[in-house]
Amino acid sequence: MASAVAAQTKYETVIGLEIHVQLKTATKLFCSCPTRFGAEQNRNTCPICLGNPGVLPVLNRQAVDFAILAGLALNCEIAPLTKFDRKQYFYPDLPKGYQISQYDRPICGMGYLEVMGQKIRITRAHLEEDAGKLVHAGAAGLAGSTHSLVDLNRAGVPLLEIVSEPDIRSSEQARAYAETLRNIVRYLGICDGNLEEGSLRCDANVSIRPMGATEYGTKAELKNMNSFRSIQRAIDYEVQRQIEIVESGERVVQESRLWNDATGTSAPMRSKEEAHDYRYFPEPDLRPLVIPVEWINDLKAKMPELPEQRLARLKDQFGLSDYDASVLVEFKELGDFFDEAAEYTTHYKALTNWLMGDITGYLKSSQKKLEDSKLTPKALAEMIAMVDSSKISTAIAKKLIPDMVETGKSAEALVEEQGLAQVSDEGEIRKICEQVIADNPDNVAQFRAGKEKLFGFFVGQAMKLSRGKANPELVNRLMGELLKQ
Amino acid sequence: MSKPFLSALELHQQIQAGERSAVEVLDETFSTIEKLDGQIQAFNALTKDIAYATANQVDQKVKAGETLPLLAGVPLALKDNIHMEGVKTTCSSKILQDYVAPFNATVTNHLNRHLIPIVGKTNMDEFAMGSSTENSAFNKTKNPWDVARVPGGSSGGSAAAVASGQTLISLGSDTGGSVRQPASLCGIVGLKPTYGLVSRYGLVAFASSLDQISPFAMNVSDLAALFQVIASPDTMDSTSIQDPPQVDYMAELNKPVEGLKIGYIAELLDAGLQPEVKAAIEKAIQTYRDMGAMVEAVSLPNIKYAIASYYIIATAEASSNLARYDGVRYGLREMDDKDIYQMYLATRAKGFGNEVKRRIMLGTFSLSSGYYDAYYGKAQKVRQLIRNDFSKAFSQFDFLIGPTSPTTAFKIGEKSSDPVQMYLSDIATIPVNLAGIPAISIPCGFDNQHLPIGLQLFGPHLSEAGLLRTAYAFETQTGLKNLRPEALATV
Ligand SMILES: [Zn+2]
Repeated sequence: MASAVAAQTKYETVIGLEIHVQLKTATKLFCSCPTRFGAEQNRNTCPICLGNPGVLPVLNRQAVDFAILAGLALNCEIAPLTKFDRKQYFYPDLPKGYQISQYDRPICGMGYLEVMGQKIRITRAHLEEDAGKLVHAGAAGLAGSTHSLVDLNRAGVPLLEIVSEPDIRSSEQARAYAETLRNIVRYLGICDGNLEEGSLRCDANVSIRPMGATEYGTKAELKNMNSFRSIQRAIDYEVQRQIEIVESGERVVQESRLWNDATGTSAPMRSKEEAHDYRYFPEPDLRPLVIPVEWINDLKAKMPELPEQRLARLKDQFGLSDYDASVLVEFKELGDFFDEAAEYTTHYKALTNWLMGDITGYLKSSQKKLEDSKLTPKALAEMIAMVDSSKISTAIAKKLIPDMVETGKSAEALVEEQGLAQVSDEGEIRKICEQVIADNPDNVAQFRAGKEKLFGFFVGQAMKLSRGKANPELVNRLMGELLKQ
Repeated sequence: MSKPFLSALELHQQIQAGERSAVEVLDETFSTIEKLDGQIQAFNALTKDIAYATANQVDQKVKAGETLPLLAGVPLALKDNIHMEGVKTTCSSKILQDYVAPFNATVTNHLNRHLIPIVGKTNMDEFAMGSSTENSAFNKTKNPWDVARVPGGSSGGSAAAVASGQTLISLGSDTGGSVRQPASLCGIVGLKPTYGLVSRYGLVAFASSLDQISPFAMNVSDLAALFQVIASPDTMDSTSIQDPPQVDYMAELNKPVEGLKIGYIAELLDAGLQPEVKAAIEKAIQTYRDMGAMVEAVSLPNIKYAIASYYIIATAEASSNLARYDGVRYGLREMDDKDIYQMYLATRAKGFGNEVKRRIMLGTFSLSSGYYDAYYGKAQKVRQLIRNDFSKAFSQFDFLIGPTSPTTAFKIGEKSSDPVQMYLSDIATIPVNLAGIPAISIPCGFDNQHLPIGLQLFGPHLSEAGLLRTAYAFETQTGLKNLRPEALATV
């Protein structure tokens, strides 16, 4: 183990990421089929995306909009003139025998992303169409299957491939880069950013070199990482593997490797699957696309708030802590909810506490997402106001959360229904306190003998007797007075 | 066929006037096809039901006193690489032998809207690759002027259907001369439009940057009318010109050519022409001078590289366009118990003919890593030089002229064993597709064996109206129109 640590400090890790972003356009990149996820197999297809003879592609403008938005958010140069090319290979999930992609004139040129305080340069981002999916029959995977079925629902769905420079130096940074990028595309509203469902796909080019070296080592391309955690794990595994190879005097072989999350290892892909000469050439069915400055300016004007901007704003405008603000940025829906609720209340700290505490807790325990909740931002703000004005206690408010999430009813309506309004009537509370004192003569004696710790017990009993409705401050005061008598 | 010749426009007028019904015209058409096509083999398949349905619509409209759309009721033959929904599109290939088109080509929609009955799908070189229609997996189309000779190609079926009088109009596709060359060899007229004027949607692609659906007719007026029907912007084709000038191609036919500046392409007159062809072109030059046009020689120095450039670009695009015929989703599938790659190999080995295989291999090679710059890249540069040659010429001349084909129709089998010889015969037509400009082929005489000779007129982009007018003037001056082989006239 000691030698492994020593070896790790001897080498520098060099990582470049290629991230495929599935764009959330209404229709496919070159035909008008819907892109909706989860439709019956081969239902979202037409002669164009099935690659029938005689069909022609027509470029989806919304996909171009999305690509430009991403390019702007990633500080990329947007190409004034971009074009499409055919990337050719035979595979049953590729209907035309070629993928329409972009080779030498990508829509987005050089840019960068700030991750963990460091600039990671972006080489390019280009538009391309997705392929279909093979379903292997007769076995769990390709191995052992008797035949394969093709589902072309995904064929032709727009992808934006974002390629970074080899500027990343650790698996942790790689993960942070991927997460930052995911947040950006989600904030732009151009992608769900879901690695598990494949709407975001990440390949990593990993190599090592002696500390201080300027030349790159031979890289391996890692594929099939289905979570941010597995990106980090796969890279860690690969770095260790390469160090061991180099330390034993061997050479790293350039290859593509498939990550297996279950075993925590990767294995080389069959060479047949990667030995391609793609024979790129300009797509003759599409004219080069001119992107005038007005088009870009138009999108700049429509650019939504990005994660970094929201972080700064949440701290600035609402005085939130670093931690609270970053949680609201990370979980975009929570942040959106906060922003909306903040229009109805000024108790921002209480708002974040409720959102990040009880509400998130209840959603988690009931396996729901915020989108499934019927709780409205306005209702939450009103509930906070009721607590603030002592109409209900915090304890009651906590009890109301599940009902508000499930039914969408206001706190006021629920309080009314369940008779939970806070009692602040002095006379009534005094009666309750007197009752508690009468019921617990032993404890009263002990308290009066100096065991002051018992005060909490009396208050608790009074709250219980009032079913939580008694104003705690009044209980405190009156109980104190009565016990001292 | 002893009755007096009617042009497509005259036939249409008779139908409109109620003198003949569209159904009667169709009856005659199908009986002519039955008489002639056993020998000519212009058609791969007939589409009688669809044609009669259209003809009935025409007759109902006439009965109701409605004005018919242009050319309504005039039967048309469609090349078998253009889709008609529910009808097979075979491209004369085994690989698409049973492929039924799932939608209409945009031009088919135009024909339907004009109530032009489509009588059948015509034979062609497989996937439009060839200059003789001998590369068909199904039929051997004959030249109506001499059935021992080829009709030209690749749209040989559509040309022979018109030349033999089975229909008066037809559509083909022209990638490197595939309409103009058969028009020339069959004594009819054919127009290759400006790239992008006619939608390619529903045309099975051979070489996407060169392909253009193109009309055939017996005379220039009919040709202009058919072109009027099919030329229209199409949002389904991204290479379609979306805002072309609104032109009535028939309105300007009568304008005189006096004062026009015409250049004859010197290189094409030197290029080993059959002597009678050369003589006919020289005579045509004189004819234009007689009509008051100024005709001078012009040099297009780079067109000598056109064939080399074309056969790299066209085959590269073809190798890509034909990759989809893999047996997975439609068309022929040769199953093999080994794996998917064996299935690809077996399917494509059995489904494609030799010429198609040759071109796929050529194109695959020229796009291969390490060869791209030397072949495809260079070919694109040459293409640009040829475009520049034309623009320069058109800065001095309104139109250019030259031969369509260096020879008249050759014998069946004569060149089929020598592909390079066959490729060289495309020298006069290929530069047009590379430049994307329009060109028309019209009859300009006969050789010693009474085989027709074609004159080719070239125009700048979107000059179709002027080009048709220039052709029409020649046709009027010489009377060389509606030519029909005598041998067939007695059938
Ligand atoms: Zn589709």
